[in-house]
Amino acid sequence: MIKTFVLCQGATFFDCLRSDNRSNMHVNLHKRGSGGIMNDSENSGIISKKASEKTSETISEATSKKEKQPIAVQSNNRSWFFKGMKDGFPIAMGYFAVAFTLGIASKKAGLSSIQASLMSAMMLASAGQFAGIEMIAGGAGYLEMAMTTMIVNLRYLLMSSALSQKIERGKPFYHRLLMAYAVTDELFGISISVEGRLNPCYLYGAASIAAPGWVLGTFLGAVIGMILPVRVMNALNVALYGMFLAVVIPASKKSKIVAGVVIASMVTSALFSVVPGLREISSGFQMIILTILLAGISAILFPVKEEDEHEA
Amino acid sequence: MKHNIYLSLLVMFATIYAVRALPLTLLRREIKNKFIRSFLYYVPYVSLSVMTFPAILRATGDVRSGLAGLISAVILAWVDGNLFRVSIGACLVVYLVEMIL
Repeated sequence: MIKTFVLCQGATFFDCLRSDNRSNMHVNLHKRGSGGIMNDSENSGIISKKASEKTSETISEATSKKEKQPIAVQSNNRSWFFKGMKDGFPIAMGYFAVAFTLGIASKKAGLSSIQASLMSAMMLASAGQFAGIEMIAGGAGYLEMAMTTMIVNLRYLLMSSALSQKIERGKPFYHRLLMAYAVTDELFGISISVEGRLNPCYLYGAASIAAPGWVLGTFLGAVIGMILPVRVMNALNVALYGMFLAVVIPASKKSKIVAGVVIASMVTSALFSVVPGLREISSGFQMIILTILLAGISAILFPVKEEDEHEA
Repeated sequence: MKHNIYLSLLVMFATIYAVRALPLTLLRREIKNKFIRSFLYYVPYVSLSVMTFPAILRATGDVRSGLAGLISAVILAWVDGNLFRVSIGACLVVYLVEMIL
């Protein structure tokens, strides 16, 4: 099974870096024509360059041109992959800082730097790994490890559910198995905010940058400990939150309902962090409770129309 | 009592992978139910907001620099929205504020 997994992975990255004539070029072209994915006019990649040269042309004309230009037709998956890499960069930076502290904690708990790095490569989860390190240090049983890991990371169940509805139609099944590896708070955040459907290559691109940052940070943290000045570490810690805000704020700008939901979420979360009785709940559980509660209430009060969904 | 570390890692990996993979592989069809669709639509906004605030205030060495990071990120996200610039901008602001403090 592992063999198949590796084979699939190889095939997938191969796909991402080469061509895929079956995927919906048409839709992508259309999006780029109307301002580009995620309203970022600087999207690089062959398609966008070609497309921006031809902004004056109508979409159908551009499409027929594409059919005559094999180079451009190739780049759908690839341009998504590169776009993912670009967006993965700030994530990698933030990961590096967090993983650095994780590496130090792993070392203290008695893990070798290789074990710590292996753990990071396998799990790709911050809170989950901190809990894991504590359990290893405390000599917890395997069942306890499984239970705690499940509970601490239960939010990924919600995120994966949301992501399952976002993936481009007609993508082969193995993509879902591969994507599952990279469902982290941050990678989920950028993947779900892609305009329209999600091409898995985008997530692979982002993960190909972010995951090494995570592993490398862990390794260096375990090996050299506190080498970065505290001030730099503090500043880097904000990178991840900056990205979360870069997802929710532009959406709030577009929709008053989303803005209201965002503010309500932050206020409730602040309440949960100060009110005695509530603040004792672990942050992972707080997030699950609040997400189910607030997303549930929002869904009842403001059911989403089809058009809104596609804007998200 | 210490258990085998590699076996522990394997147990934790299998668990976390299952949590991530099950919804992705089981929910393959498009969900038609309006409530569930709306619920999943709001999930990212709620979860990311909840994770950001108030945690960002405690992420740095000082609440004031955390607050500066928050405000600058919100402004940058509002006017610009680019992930990279928002993140870097917020980091820079935190760094500068901590230098002054």
